[in-house]
Amino acid sequence: MIGALRKIGAVSVFLVRLLAACVPALRRPGLIVRQVYNSGARSLIIIMLCGVVVGMIMGLAFSDMLQRFGSESALGVAAGLALLKELGPVLTALLFAGRAGTSLASEIGLMRATDQLTALEVMAVDPLRNVVAPRFLGGIIAMPLLVAIFNILGIFGTQLIGVSVMGVDAGTFWSQMQNQVDVRDVGEGIVKSVVFGVACTLMAVYEGYHAQPTAEGVGLATTRTVIASSVLVLIFDYMLTAAFI
Amino acid sequence: MSQPPESPREPAANLVEVRGVRYSAGPRQIFDGLDLAVRRGSITAVMGPSGTGKTTLLRLLTGQVFPTAGSVQVFGQDVGSLSKRELFALRKRMGMLFQNGALLTDLNVYENVAFPVREHARLPEPVLRRLVLMKLEAVGLRGAERLMPQELSGGMARRVALARAIVMDPEVLIYDEPFVGLDPVSMGIIVRLIRRLNDALGITSIVVSHDVQEVGSIADYSYLLDGGHVVAGGTTAELNASADPVVRQFMQGSSEGPVSFHYPAQDYLKSMLDGADVAVRR
Repeated sequence: MIGALRKIGAVSVFLVRLLAACVPALRRPGLIVRQVYNSGARSLIIIMLCGVVVGMIMGLAFSDMLQRFGSESALGVAAGLALLKELGPVLTALLFAGRAGTSLASEIGLMRATDQLTALEVMAVDPLRNVVAPRFLGGIIAMPLLVAIFNILGIFGTQLIGVSVMGVDAGTFWSQMQNQVDVRDVGEGIVKSVVFGVACTLMAVYEGYHAQPTAEGVGLATTRTVIASSVLVLIFDYMLTAAFI
Repeated sequence: MSQPPESPREPAANLVEVRGVRYSAGPRQIFDGLDLAVRRGSITAVMGPSGTGKTTLLRLLTGQVFPTAGSVQVFGQDVGSLSKRELFALRKRMGMLFQNGALLTDLNVYENVAFPVREHARLPEPVLRRLVLMKLEAVGLRGAERLMPQELSGGMARRVALARAIVMDPEVLIYDEPFVGLDPVSMGIIVRLIRRLNDALGITSIVVSHDVQEVGSIADYSYLLDGGHVVAGGTTAELNASADPVVRQFMQGSSEGPVSFHYPAQDYLKSMLDGADVAVRR
């Protein structure tokens, strides 16, 4: 318990230092764009693939469940709400933690192990400003974009199976979704994606920056990144869902 | 006991002064009253057996760690009392060559050397390019400007790191084990480069190494560390002629002498008879 509190305190102090370093880092947009590419574009394939597959699963499972109640016309709205409010942000964040989070943690950890961060300090360059802050900001920007792509492909996958295979009417599918999903639902998804982006990227850069400079230390940092990010995403998801109800 | 270099009491003559420094890493006492001085414009070698705190000394000089007692003065400024901004200003006047080069792995050779200039100065790209190529030419790697760090050999990586260390024209250049793992040709090149850069650029060099022959051939003054303090200081000839058993053992690379090869442990025969070594394995 004391260990957990100490960790929360250390992460909070690190976040404050990181936010201070983000201000000068914003003046170097090139570094941030590069990290949006590294965290975002390089995660696209896995996000797109999972988005389509999750959508297809929903098309099958929701059609089957809704047909039992004679409500298969609600497939569009059910899939839309589930993806926008919950599945899109949560699953994307979990995938992001596994793909981009581990990559960030191991990259920064290896920079620590190979004295690159020390070299920056000796060259009078703040590694928090130059290395960590651009990656942090890049992750926060990338996450909502990835969530949007996941949602679009998820809805496409649901439509593909629900309409083409399970026989739900296409017009009903789209009109129900258009009528029942409002801006507030979209907003909830956007807020969640930003919060999850902060949580996942923060844990990745924190663990990488504080990794022991050994092979084992870097390995542990990546493991801790996935565990901490996943737990935080689920906790924040519950809190945000409760807040939006 | 060591004698400081020439004119040790004149502050202007000494670029670095370490006085009565104590430093511990956890329970382990690294330095216990360390005293040394580095004369401006000289090549000063810091030698000693592994684990005597040579690299820690460099970390103290660059303000990465701070002593628990005593003072570390660089350019007449007490490193321990500087703010972060002042410390960064101090570091801009220093260059450091790391043992493994510590090149930024996501940048190519040219960008690695250009990196400190891009961070601290706003030079037009043609001027920066000319400067970077000039430094790469000085280390014989102008033709390797497009290579990535992972495409370089150990010796090449260290020479690129050296070009990066001198690109801001530092007043003091610090080398951490510059000869480790190098083939004889690369080692000879690095040895000559250190001497040539020191004389051509008029800088002060501090070389931490335990390669006695190589560092001894270029050092104007050498310190030998052991047991947390300086056990000897002098020119290479003076150290070679020393009657001190520690100095003799180190300079001659002998396994017999006061510097123990073995880490402190219970008597081997006794531990075998007691079965202690078996118990540890279990």
